[in-house]
Amino acid sequence: MAQADASMMGAGQGPARAEKLVTSDGTPLKRALERAERQRKLVALGLVTPLLVFLLTVFVWPIAQMMWLSVKNDQIVSAIPRTLDELRTWDGRDLPGENVFAALHADFMEDLERPRREQTTGPMGIRLNYELSAARSAVSRTSRAVAGFEAPYKEAFTDAHRLWGDPALWRIIKREGRPLTLSYYVAALDREYADDGSIVQRDERRRIYVPLFGRTLYLSVVITTMTFLLGFPIAYYMSILPMRQANLLMICVLLPFWTSLLVRTSAWIVLLQQQGVINSGLVGLGLIDDGNRISMIYNQTGTIIAMTHILLPFMVLPLYSVMRTIPPSYMRAAKSLGATPSTAFRRVYFPQTLPGIGAGGVLVFIISIGYYITPALVGGQSGRMISNEIARHIQQSLNWGLAAALGTLLLAGVLILYWLYNRLVGTDSLKFG
Amino acid sequence: MAASQGDGFVAFDRVQKSYDGETLVVKDLNLSIGKGEFMTMLGPSGSGKTTCLMMLAGFETATSGEITLDGRPINSVPPHKRGIGMVFQNYALFPHMTVGENLAFPLEVRGMGKSEREKKVKRALDMVQMGAFAGRRPAQLSGGQQQRIALARALVFEPELVLMDEPLGALDKNLRERMQYEIKHIHNNLGVTVVYVTHDQTEALTMSDNVAVFDDGRIQQLAPPDVLYEKPENAFVAAFIGENNTLKGRVQSVNGRECKVKLGDGSVISALKVNVEGEGVQSTLSLRPERVVVGEAAAEMPNRFEAEVLELIYLGDHIRVRMNVCGDDEFIVKVPNNTGGRSMAVGQKAPVGWAVEDCRALDPS
Repeated sequence: MAQADASMMGAGQGPARAEKLVTSDGTPLKRALERAERQRKLVALGLVTPLLVFLLTVFVWPIAQMMWLSVKNDQIVSAIPRTLDELRTWDGRDLPGENVFAALHADFMEDLERPRREQTTGPMGIRLNYELSAARSAVSRTSRAVAGFEAPYKEAFTDAHRLWGDPALWRIIKREGRPLTLSYYVAALDREYADDGSIVQRDERRRIYVPLFGRTLYLSVVITTMTFLLGFPIAYYMSILPMRQANLLMICVLLPFWTSLLVRTSAWIVLLQQQGVINSGLVGLGLIDDGNRISMIYNQTGTIIAMTHILLPFMVLPLYSVMRTIPPSYMRAAKSLGATPSTAFRRVYFPQTLPGIGAGGVLVFIISIGYYITPALVGGQSGRMISNEIARHIQQSLNWGLAAALGTLLLAGVLILYWLYNRLVGTDSLKFG
Repeated sequence: MAASQGDGFVAFDRVQKSYDGETLVVKDLNLSIGKGEFMTMLGPSGSGKTTCLMMLAGFETATSGEITLDGRPINSVPPHKRGIGMVFQNYALFPHMTVGENLAFPLEVRGMGKSEREKKVKRALDMVQMGAFAGRRPAQLSGGQQQRIALARALVFEPELVLMDEPLGALDKNLRERMQYEIKHIHNNLGVTVVYVTHDQTEALTMSDNVAVFDDGRIQQLAPPDVLYEKPENAFVAAFIGENNTLKGRVQSVNGRECKVKLGDGSVISALKVNVEGEGVQSTLSLRPERVVVGEAAAEMPNRFEAEVLELIYLGDHIRVRMNVCGDDEFIVKVPNNTGGRSMAVGQKAPVGWAVEDCRALDPS
């Protein structure tokens, strides 16, 4: 009883010596409180757990998996361990010595004896091919012929495929003969390894991803700005309308959510294509020449128009919900104090909508930075975004490591932007609804 | 009734207002407010008092009629050019600005220099005893403090007319009473004209020079507080201001300023003829509970009746007695808390009486 608990002192016991508080039946107050709160905590836990489990299995776990894929690099290590051992002492300039080729032969022979599904040279070939084209055929062709090889193995290998005589392949094998790699990130940032092992930029014609990241960022900013410019007035108008009419307008704003993607896309094509409604109308009115029809789809314009349309509700909803809570008396007060309507709007009304603008902006921006389907359908070549490239690597080139690296970079970018926003504006001021 | 004098500082001249084109919210309003006057618009909700205030502030336009401020018609002057200070029901302090910035706002939009601005803001804050709070945000202040800031903000640019739209409605009773006195003192010190809207009659009686009682889009009576209470001109005002016993009957005879009214149960009461046409018409008699005398003193009164005590409610300084008088079970009498009052008991019979001038014969309503 006499021993004073430090946390009890903090609980407003005053300067006097803190005594442990007890309930009337003698249990320490803290324990009694804990017991009383336990029920509530259990209920809270029960309410949260299903979603938590769901999120962990379908969200956190896959993302962790993806990030792991972007650095995972066991293909070469598990295929040719002996070779890698021998390569340790290689200087990396001339072709490796006979000992390395002998080890490679031994590794390949061992692989041949494994059941087909456990063979490791196939994945190794694919992995090497990311770094050097034709490496895959070198590996597969040799691994099939390796049973007939006889010493000296160096000649046998270089005869089987010329690449084995190229020190560049060996440098790659040595570099990537580690369980973890950064090479996917190197590629995702449009860089490559030079012969001396340093990382340099690719030459300009082969840079794809960094410009694509830049374009994604640019398009997202443009789309966010467009949704803001279009959404602010309508949200304001809805906020001053009576509830019934406001709801009707809200339905119009929400329509893009309720329309099938295919219907929407074909509607845009009908409207925007070169022989489409808008172009024909403009030509009919004599505003543009028949030869100068504007291209508005299958390019950046198409992506911007379509995504602005789709993402508009994400801007309007938070704006509207914030504006609804701003009483008209603020504007009246400002006017009664002598501010012109425009000053009152600028100084009094607008600053109070900032939480809504922030929330809408962050929402639209983050969604559009990772948007995939619309750019794929109406973006053409110049309206593609980074997600389309990621999808291509997952579905077509099957370079999941690179896709994972691009995805991780995208995720990191979003987190950095969110962090920046938090530093500059503060996320606690966001109002999503 | 309010006469349209045309020489008031603020004047409403035959002003009407309709929102839907079918019903009039304000019907033929004529009101003149003198310079430096504290005028209160009092009435139940929907009586048109706030609409009048909003028309004066410029947030609503009069459907017909003219409003003049210091002789100038202001119907087509936008609110920000009227130079009228206003205190809103929920204070409308700008939440994203500090108290100091809130107060500086009206000075800033008038293009006043920084040093002068600061001086005025400080003076205004000192006036409401909030000098130490300039750096706070409105959300960090209590309701009463926000009230003071709103008041200071409406006064800081030295308008000649200040409008207040139920400014004390959100405060608790004690604070409300204290703020009433403070607003009154500020009004006396600055000499500004104040138009004050409230539905709280105590507030109206405490603070005002003149009270306009609104009902049904019309001013029912315009008078100083004491006249309003002592001499209501119609049944609505009598019922709305203070507590009131109403007895309904028919005028039997008229004799100069007095008349006799016969009630449903046959008893005849002598009353002051205030708002009745003549013999034979229906009338509502209005009688304040504290003007009724109980016990032996009733014997000297011109109106004397036998009453039965139905209920006693102890209220500290006085006792409210519900009685049956002239067939009316809801007749209330206020008895001072003294020996006579304490000795009353439910079921007891007692004589009650009142003077002719305390009983006013009004319209039947």
